[in-house]
Amino acid sequence: MQEIVTVIVDGIIYSAWLFIAAVGLTLIYGVMKIVNLTHGSFYALGAYAGASFTGAWIAHGYPPMLSYAVLLASAIVITLVFAPLIERGILRFMYAKEEVVILLITYALFLILEDVIKLVWGVDPYFIAEPYGLLGSFDVGEMTYPTYNLILVGIAIVAGGGLTLLLRGTRIGKLLLTVIHDPEVSRAMGINVDRFYLVTFTFGSLLAAIGGAFTAPTVSVVPGLGVEIIVLSFAVVVIGGLGSLPGAALGALIVGLVRSATIHYVPALELFVIYFVMAMVLAFRPRGLFSLAEPRKI
Amino acid sequence: MHSLRKLATAVAAALALAPVSVLAQDAAPVKIGVVAFLSGAAASPFGVPARNAAELVIELMNAGKAPAPYDTKGFGGSKIETVIIDESGGTTTQVTEFRNLVQRHNVDLVIGYISSSSCVGIAPVAEELKMLTNFFDCGTPRIFEDASYKYVFRTSPTSTMDSVGAALYLKDAKPKMKSIAGINQNYAWGQDSWVDFEASMKQLMPKIEVKMSQMPKLFAGQYNAEISTLLGSKADAIHSSFWDGDLEALILQAAPRGLFKKSTGVLTTGETAMYKLAKQIPDGTILGARGPFGPYAPDNAYNRWLVKEFQERYLVPPTYPSYQMAQAIMGVKLAWEKAQAANGGKRPSKEQVAAALENSTFEGPGGTVKMAIGKGHQAIMETAYGMSKVVGGKMTVTKVKRYPAEMVNPPEGVKSADWIKGGFKK
Repeated sequence: MQEIVTVIVDGIIYSAWLFIAAVGLTLIYGVMKIVNLTHGSFYALGAYAGASFTGAWIAHGYPPMLSYAVLLASAIVITLVFAPLIERGILRFMYAKEEVVILLITYALFLILEDVIKLVWGVDPYFIAEPYGLLGSFDVGEMTYPTYNLILVGIAIVAGGGLTLLLRGTRIGKLLLTVIHDPEVSRAMGINVDRFYLVTFTFGSLLAAIGGAFTAPTVSVVPGLGVEIIVLSFAVVVIGGLGSLPGAALGALIVGLVRSATIHYVPALELFVIYFVMAMVLAFRPRGLFSLAEPRKI
Repeated sequence: MHSLRKLATAVAAALALAPVSVLAQDAAPVKIGVVAFLSGAAASPFGVPARNAAELVIELMNAGKAPAPYDTKGFGGSKIETVIIDESGGTTTQVTEFRNLVQRHNVDLVIGYISSSSCVGIAPVAEELKMLTNFFDCGTPRIFEDASYKYVFRTSPTSTMDSVGAALYLKDAKPKMKSIAGINQNYAWGQDSWVDFEASMKQLMPKIEVKMSQMPKLFAGQYNAEISTLLGSKADAIHSSFWDGDLEALILQAAPRGLFKKSTGVLTTGETAMYKLAKQIPDGTILGARGPFGPYAPDNAYNRWLVKEFQERYLVPPTYPSYQMAQAIMGVKLAWEKAQAANGGKRPSKEQVAAALENSTFEGPGGTVKMAIGKGHQAIMETAYGMSKVVGGKMTVTKVKRYPAEMVNPPEGVKSADWIKGGFKK
């Protein structure tokens, strides 16, 4: 029984982390139809900004408990510096081009941002271990977990729930759904589609940066951090269905729980299992579990 | 009289210039391709310290400021030039980069490679291109156990030494221990390290119980579930050959859960993280440095020289990748100069340098390096392990034990796995 509980807890923690990292990717695709590889860059930028600002905060002797707010603020600042610049400066000129061309452009931007990170932060690792242990730990049966993991679960719930409420319960959300459904008609009806694109790209990138910032206390922040996460995020959103919020949540949960169970019971298959699940889903549901029927334009 | 003076001047000038032109030909620079991770997760703990050591040691050698017998300028009087290449991008990229080094940059030799995957991919290409190549860091013993080479060398010991040394130390330190578990990266280095460690433990303590082996992918970064299973296994000791950001992430995530307090950690590359993560590594964790490097280095002239110069230049002490790079350059320099002397003082060919390096023995900052196995192409060294202890806020190692080279490396012609399973017969 203890082991099953541990599998579930480990799975949920990993799912929460994955969902925070992946939800922005699916949001941007859902609204803008961009497979955005700079998502990994924003994750890395968030981690670097989080590690730098929070490290400086703690080094200056400011209250450590506020380091969580500094992590969040770091993600917001770094996103506001780069995301509008990329969307207004480059991507908006590319929307008329095919999806694959935009994908290649975001890949080029991803490579450029990797070098920008190295120029700004160098190649030495950054550590901020304090926030990870600051909140103590909690026990689940015989197993001890850092309470910090609950912050990740909380952020995932707030991000997922907040986005769902925004889309379904507000006027802005309804306008956004209109943009998702048909940008051309939305323009004709007087909706400022460009502004929605800017806000969506910035907000989606912010979610990636938050994921990176709150991962920073648990890892060594080094160049290349954004590469791994982009692969995993794609697996999650492809399982759930590109552009679907419930899909991303379910995809993250499936990947997290399956991975956790594999590590506990058949560790040798850990590498294989995530992509096996993805292949199985695509074999039976080629557009993912929560793909929506696409309207056909005549 | 005037024309005679002119003639004499011309003859004198010609005589003066003649040896210079011969010297100039012999003193053409020696071009070395240096390959190490300069980006990605392995850059900071491995690639950059190794690159820094290469730049420092070569600069000092060019100035004739290395301790004897490395005090001749450059390689036998020829200035050393470097072409530095980033090792990241995967094996296919590295093979392309290697061909570029040979065919476009026209290097005289290549010193490099941290990843075992790189070494496995590069070795046959080096042989095909007849390029003298010295692997300075990668650990998998398969390179010289599965094939033999004329142009390929490795002046650092294999992962077998690390694993056998770790097992010997663990047995000495915890003789009543009953069980072990492992977490290693899922590729050649991690797999070889665990297989050798597990087999060594079974030889040394036949009743040992192996609770589990976790093999997460390289650069996975998140180890909560693995840590849970390791905690749940209640193993007495946990072996890990994790390196780079993976090692640091494992230590960071394990610390608040008390993993290495509940089970003795055996971190074979732990030295690279011991100063940075002193607060997170509990006392009593067994730390390795992939040989007698860093805190385990002997007190000899080469070690004192490297530590002093490195510390002055980079403001941090050298870690084991720096030691391995330094000794890789030193070994090739001695072989070059030996071959040059045998060649009547003329610039030696690659074949002559390879012949001089084969089966050679030289002293470096980590002590004696013997090119004793792999048909004289693979180094063996003594190794050392110790336990972490924070003293006055600084991380140190205590209870250091040294194991002679022949005790932790297989003899010539015997594969590591067979040697361990055969009871470490000499």
